[in-house]
Amino acid sequence: MANRVVALVIIAGLAVILFPLVREVGFPSETPELAERYISASAEDLAAANVVTAVVVTYRGLDTLGEVTVLFAATAGVGYVMTRRRRREEHAVAEGRDVGMHSGIECLRPARSGQGPSEILRTASGFLAPVLLVFGVYIFVHGHLTPGGGFQGGVIIASSVVLGIFGAPERRLGHRLMTVLESVSGIVYVVIALLGMVLAAGFLDPTFLPLGEVGSLLSAGAIPIIYSVVGIKVGAELAGVVDRLRTQEEK
Amino acid sequence: MQLIPAIGALLIVIGAWGMLTQRNMMKIVIGFSIIDTGVHLMIVSVGYVIGGAAPILDAEVPTAARFVDPVPSALVLTAIVIGLAVTALMLSYVVRLARTRGTLEVGSYKELRW
Repeated sequence: MANRVVALVIIAGLAVILFPLVREVGFPSETPELAERYISASAEDLAAANVVTAVVVTYRGLDTLGEVTVLFAATAGVGYVMTRRRRREEHAVAEGRDVGMHSGIECLRPARSGQGPSEILRTASGFLAPVLLVFGVYIFVHGHLTPGGGFQGGVIIASSVVLGIFGAPERRLGHRLMTVLESVSGIVYVVIALLGMVLAAGFLDPTFLPLGEVGSLLSAGAIPIIYSVVGIKVGAELAGVVDRLRTQEEK
Repeated sequence: MQLIPAIGALLIVIGAWGMLTQRNMMKIVIGFSIIDTGVHLMIVSVGYVIGGAAPILDAEVPTAARFVDPVPSALVLTAIVIGLAVTALMLSYVVRLARTRGTLEVGSYKELRW
């Protein structure tokens, strides 16, 4: 009961804090100066049609590098937590105690064997997964031209892997391949960033490659390369996360 | 008072309520996810400019057109992916704890209580 009261007080406090923010927020009718600057500069200096991409990859590139690092750390954490089997758990299994009986965690137990995917799921995922994979690659290769980019494309690639897992649960994902893809793309990202320091104005400056024309596929210097590398990295990491969560289930 | 930031704030409050009052660890993770979504909505709405176009330069868009502020969009773009990774990490903790102890009830984990 006391817990409920404390929770109510905290929530009321949160609402009081948020309310002025919500009340004051009004939309300006003119683009702010900083945004104006980014928009004109991204066309002139970088030849990138998508200004959001220019901000993510170049102007705030260091943030993105940090973000990729956070993503890597979280994935490594999932891998660590999900692959280590403690003794106590094995005991519980060995003694025949059913670990999944209390308070509605039956959903965490593996599905009964012989309950494979239906014919429809199997066929449809076999057809759709490669198409999704190609679409993901398209999204991150065109990140500097159209809405989308490395993160979105990577998530689409991961979802195609999930679909493939649903369709064929017996198939294994090559962990070695995933690790290699992830590490190589991370290293390439940092190397490109350092190349910017040597060949152009500074860390993560993509202008050491020819800029090309605004709106063509080969434009914006190294931005498409960086975003492709980010896409491969995100795709490999998220697919690895899903696969780890699954492999634990089957033991 | 604008609709989108108001919805964002409402989602933050609902998510906080879920995290504070629910006893099931899965539901606590869901509460976090709802807070995350609310924060994204608020940040994106801050960057809106009345009548602004998406900040993607194109032959169809006149150069004099107003554009939406690209910085909050870029921020949220990264925040979504981080939120996804953090949620996956939390879920793997939950699965791990549930497999070891056989319960999802947060009150039955007393080691860190004071």
